[in-house]
Amino acid sequence: MQKEKRPIDLNNKVITIRGLKKSFDELDILRGVDLDLHQSENLVVLGRSGTGKSVLIKIISGLLKPDEGYVNVLGQEVAKISGRELDRLRMKIGFSFQNSALYDSMTVRENLEFPLVRNVRNMTRGQTDKLVENVLDAVGLLRAINQMPSELSGGQRKRIGIARTLILKPEIMLYDEPTAGLDPITSMDINNLINEVQERFNTSSIIITHDLTCARATGDRIVMLLEGQFQYQGTFEEIFRNDDPRVKAFYNYNFTD
Amino acid sequence: MGIKKEDTGKNTVDRYVLSKRMDRMFLELSNVYAFVMRFFKEAFLPPYEFREIIKQCYEVGVKSLPLISLTGFIIGIVFTNQSRPSLTEFGAASWLPSLISIAIVRALAPLVTAIIAAGRVSSNIGAELGSMKVTEQIDAMEVSATNPFKFLVVTRVLATTLMIPTLMMYTIFVALMGAYVNVNQNEQTSFITYFIQVFDAISFLDIFSSVIKSFVFGFTVGIVGCYKGYHSNKGTEGVGKAANSAVVTAMFLIFIEELLALQIITALR
Ligand SMILES: Nc1ncnc2c1ncn2[C@@H]1O[C@H](COP(=O)(O)OP(=O)(O)O)[C@@H](O)[C@H]1O
Ligand SMILES: [Mg+2]
Repeated sequence: MQKEKRPIDLNNKVITIRGLKKSFDELDILRGVDLDLHQSENLVVLGRSGTGKSVLIKIISGLLKPDEGYVNVLGQEVAKISGRELDRLRMKIGFSFQNSALYDSMTVRENLEFPLVRNVRNMTRGQTDKLVENVLDAVGLLRAINQMPSELSGGQRKRIGIARTLILKPEIMLYDEPTAGLDPITSMDINNLINEVQERFNTSSIIITHDLTCARATGDRIVMLLEGQFQYQGTFEEIFRNDDPRVKAFYNYNFTD
Repeated sequence: MGIKKEDTGKNTVDRYVLSKRMDRMFLELSNVYAFVMRFFKEAFLPPYEFREIIKQCYEVGVKSLPLISLTGFIIGIVFTNQSRPSLTEFGAASWLPSLISIAIVRALAPLVTAIIAAGRVSSNIGAELGSMKVTEQIDAMEVSATNPFKFLVVTRVLATTLMIPTLMMYTIFVALMGAYVNVNQNEQTSFITYFIQVFDAISFLDIFSSVIKSFVFGFTVGIVGCYKGYHSNKGTEGVGKAANSAVVTAMFLIFIEELLALQIITALR
């Protein structure tokens, strides 16, 4: 299913990255990445396992430090700001982890309250409850409010993970392999949820994946991460019209069985 | 000539490996130092996670009670029973309560409590934080602008530091009761007589130094478990390793600290 075209404001950039480099133990992972994320845009980053997709969004959210390059998020240079400024910036970034990373000693309600009560002071019990219920409703899982993460399915955990980030009303969403390990139907539900979040909360998102169905369903624009750099960008059709054997291999691996 | 060349090559490799290992050791040491310093910095800065501290105190304190009770009581009985023959030989069986009292208060109770805590609590914390690390729960706290160190590490270390001295006092009591059962059976000493002798034998310094020692043991158990968990490697075997290495390291440090404490207290006495 192809995503409908959305008007994107190309002058309004929320993330700008230039010449980003990162290596681990002499292993060059990112070798000069340039990236722009525009307001209200869903950008899909396609790449094989181990190409450094997760490293890229971890640098954007300040979990990892870049070796070289310029990383600007919402007007601030992530690697150069103080801890307090970084925290303030992080409240505007939602991070959906590959394995959801739900706090497994807490109920769903406590998971959602965790970032809320620690970042938004002076909220009454009633206001907190209301917000928790609202975001759970937005991901369609209000009934799971008192369950433990271990009682939920993979797809439900993904939804709760997304709800937990939505509770701080982020401007940017980072999705790390949102459909990995899910069956095709649940994947489709998550793809729809990603688009719903984009429309309802007016977020700009980076969606990292190697699932082409997800890329086609959620991406306004797609870039391919090959050998540490972004190569080929455009819509799904534009990318896969390409003759590069590495791109072809990617396509064939996804759509032939 | 050929042999010489080979030798040189091998030496260089050896030296390289050694220097890498030294580098890693110093890196680890500086990491430990930074971790401990961060604890002291964040423990005193608001906001405080009171609810979590209470919860962790319960985990460490109340949940250790069954094992501590059993171990303390049995140690009291066994130690008494094994000490009797030597004392009797010198006709000093009536000194048994004093001997027991000194041994339990000065050495056995703090050590037994700390070792049990190292086995139960340190490994627990190591495994818990280790699995939170590998499943990216700690990263998730960090990116949601909350402070995982404060929520996970400070609370646990405070809990162990407070609860292990408390448990130690309890161990003293249970072990003395165990010893009493044995003494009462063999010498028919009355409860009152036994406890008068027990309290006569120990001084304030004995109790005080054991409590201080237990604070140090408690801190060790907590900080080692947290450090190992927080720095565990990716993958599920990283969690097992974190738990295991937490126990080994905590026990090793506890014995070293016991030796140091012995020197200090002897000098004070
Ligand atoms: N914190 C780290 N320390 C060392 N190596 C890392 C770290 N994070 C990622 N790597 C390495 O970087 C490479 C890319 O990882 P990652 O970004 O997770 O790939 P993916 O594209 O599958 O998300 C992998 O080879 C991984 O081993
Ligand atoms: Mg990844």
